[in-house]
Amino acid sequence: MLRAALERLRQKRRTVAFPDGAPNLPDRLRGLPVIDAGKCPPDCLAAPACAAACPVGAMRPGLGLGGTPLVDLGKCLFCTDCMAACPAGAITFGRDYRLAVRKREHLHFRGEALRLAEALEKRTRKLFGRSLKLRQVSAGGCNACEADLNVLTTIVFDLGRFGIDFVASPRHADGLMITGPVPENMREALIKCYEATPDPKIVIASGACAISGGPFAGLPESHDGADAVVPVDLYIPGCPPHPITALDGMLRLLGRIKKD
Amino acid sequence: MQPDLTMRNGESIPAHLIPVLDFESLRTFLVGEMRGGGRLAALFGLPPSPGTGGAVRLLAVVARDGAGILRPVVSEACDRYPALTPDLPQAHLFERELSEQFGVTPVGHPRLKPVRYHAPGTLNPAAPAAPRPLPADTDFFRVEGDEVHEVAVGPIHAGVIEPGHFRFQCHGETVFHLEIALGFQHRGIEASLEGGLLGPLAAGGQGFGRIPHFMATAAGDTTIGHTLAWCRIMESLSGTTVPERAGLFRLIALELERLANHTGDLGALAGDVAYLPTMSFCGRLRGDFLNMTALLCGNRFGRGLVVPGGVAFDADPARLAELRGRFESTFRDVEGAADLLFETPSVRARFEHTGEITRETATALGLVGPAARACGIARDVRVDHPFGAYRRLAARAASWPSGDVYARAFVRRQEIRESARLIRAALDLLSGLPGGDIRHGDAASWPRPLAPESLAVSLVEGWRGEICHVALTDEDGRVMRYKMVDPSFHNWEGLAMALRGRAISDFPLCNKSFNLSYCGHDL
Repeated sequence: MLRAALERLRQKRRTVAFPDGAPNLPDRLRGLPVIDAGKCPPDCLAAPACAAACPVGAMRPGLGLGGTPLVDLGKCLFCTDCMAACPAGAITFGRDYRLAVRKREHLHFRGEALRLAEALEKRTRKLFGRSLKLRQVSAGGCNACEADLNVLTTIVFDLGRFGIDFVASPRHADGLMITGPVPENMREALIKCYEATPDPKIVIASGACAISGGPFAGLPESHDGADAVVPVDLYIPGCPPHPITALDGMLRLLGRIKKD
Repeated sequence: MQPDLTMRNGESIPAHLIPVLDFESLRTFLVGEMRGGGRLAALFGLPPSPGTGGAVRLLAVVARDGAGILRPVVSEACDRYPALTPDLPQAHLFERELSEQFGVTPVGHPRLKPVRYHAPGTLNPAAPAAPRPLPADTDFFRVEGDEVHEVAVGPIHAGVIEPGHFRFQCHGETVFHLEIALGFQHRGIEASLEGGLLGPLAAGGQGFGRIPHFMATAAGDTTIGHTLAWCRIMESLSGTTVPERAGLFRLIALELERLANHTGDLGALAGDVAYLPTMSFCGRLRGDFLNMTALLCGNRFGRGLVVPGGVAFDADPARLAELRGRFESTFRDVEGAADLLFETPSVRARFEHTGEITRETATALGLVGPAARACGIARDVRVDHPFGAYRRLAARAASWPSGDVYARAFVRRQEIRESARLIRAALDLLSGLPGGDIRHGDAASWPRPLAPESLAVSLVEGWRGEICHVALTDEDGRVMRYKMVDPSFHNWEGLAMALRGRAISDFPLCNKSFNLSYCGHDL
């Protein structure tokens, strides 16, 4: 007992300052992509090398600012294949970790400011704003998304201080946190879990798989994401999303972070 | 005929050299190898080659750990054959998988039912048509009797964890039998790897397309392990040598992955016996190791770090010093957290004699990784079949004989220390090497032509145990069969055996002590 207390004193308090302070992120973090239209070779824009290199077809030529490709952040695996393919060095991945949005089309990133997640509507926010219990369902998730959601409950992020918690049954839950592309073998279980969650409820899709199928998009076993099966209220991009990205998204949904 | 062809981990050989046995000779060979200390690293079907009448062949890879050699053999066509499992329990799940993927029938298999519950015969165009089963819809083994009851758990579990279905036959608290039905995580990775390097994957991207992402997400907590196994196959078949500096980064990445997961497991085990200090410390410390991987490549799971030919990220002396500093501080805290755990009598009382499996059971099932080493079987790919930088920095295998939760926890503790030793040694060596030489050829030089009609086998000791990848190329150098065996594939049956005759309330603790991968099994 005394040893445990001494060890606790030695290891000190470790909870992050976020959201009051800035998050501590790795300098090589691959966050929001930045395309410098000024560097894009004009003859490249019609059939950009970056779009051709994307393994999941996340880039659509010509639909972004200045004729640059649009990046679908719901498909993006943040793998930097596009960056490597660009002959002009026009693409970089920045350190902006704020990526979560309310609607699927808001992930179609054109190079303008992202329309970050707005808070829940008044009634649901009143219900969930200070206590949100989520049932996590892994539907084909590879355990990276799951692990980095689990980490939110550790002393580092201390999800409980925001009134958010993961619970053991959909009957106890205010909503679902879904990871994975939803393989055929999990489709029915996911629907049943959704139906077992009492109304009103919210659904969060975390990670490229749960948003678009990720690397499994289009494979015969994949349903290409949660919103093929249930309605989704919050999309958190990434492969997997950094825990701070997920936390930022949830706090925005609850109206706890308002600034852009 | 007694085949005598041997190969080493990471080697590739011309396919025509693989001994071809008739089926009974294969059985005799495999049974003899197992008696002699061999182990079934992989056993799988090969699609019928066009124009041969549509029969499936079998490829087995036997690992002789003591001698550090691998022995591949192929058997003749076998659409119906007397099952190997009655003589060879290690073949149990492999034969079920073979039957499910290729539509062949191992006659006399004691538990012939689906493994992943996908459409039958997906890897064999000539397979007889059969309806797709519903997931976990099977005739579970049942114990009958007035006082016997059945407990069904899953697919969705109580924690933030992957799905699977567990069916317990209980008498009061005592578990007579546990049957584990998986497949809910099946995403069809193996089928997507068929048809060549670029075949169906050319749906998007260039180069390797989605293949690196399939490797990274086969079991996402083992991103480095599976990616490394695949890269070594590509390097072997293209005759590529990895620069020394890259090899050291690979070792560091693989050991950081082991440290993160072992530390997390110690914390989770502490949580399951309600010892909260170590649970709290380790939850944080696990993330600190992930952050060290992110310091190297920007991603906490090492996505994109290991690439064919080497690694994609270098580290200058300042970054290496930062890594060393963080590592030493985190490691000291892990030691403190682990000391508390193992010195607490109430923890030891819960860990000891819980979920015991015998060394004989572990050997018969072919368990790998910490689960095997916790039964006193000191098998470790890093030691028995060393690869890359492990050939220079010899690893030592942990081992503990008691086969219980305590042993599985204590082996992890030993391995944390060994990983620390290896990382320190690798960092020392890195500081004496010039920067920059981290990949053989630039990114544009990949994919490279692969040796035609060849077999390559790559073993990597992931944190859960042996990861085995096997590739066969056709006459044009395209990959015609790519087999991945996650350590969990060998070990799930070990968990079922650990519960036999135990209290059902011990299940969470036993499950945590194995901490197996659902998606790595389901692929």
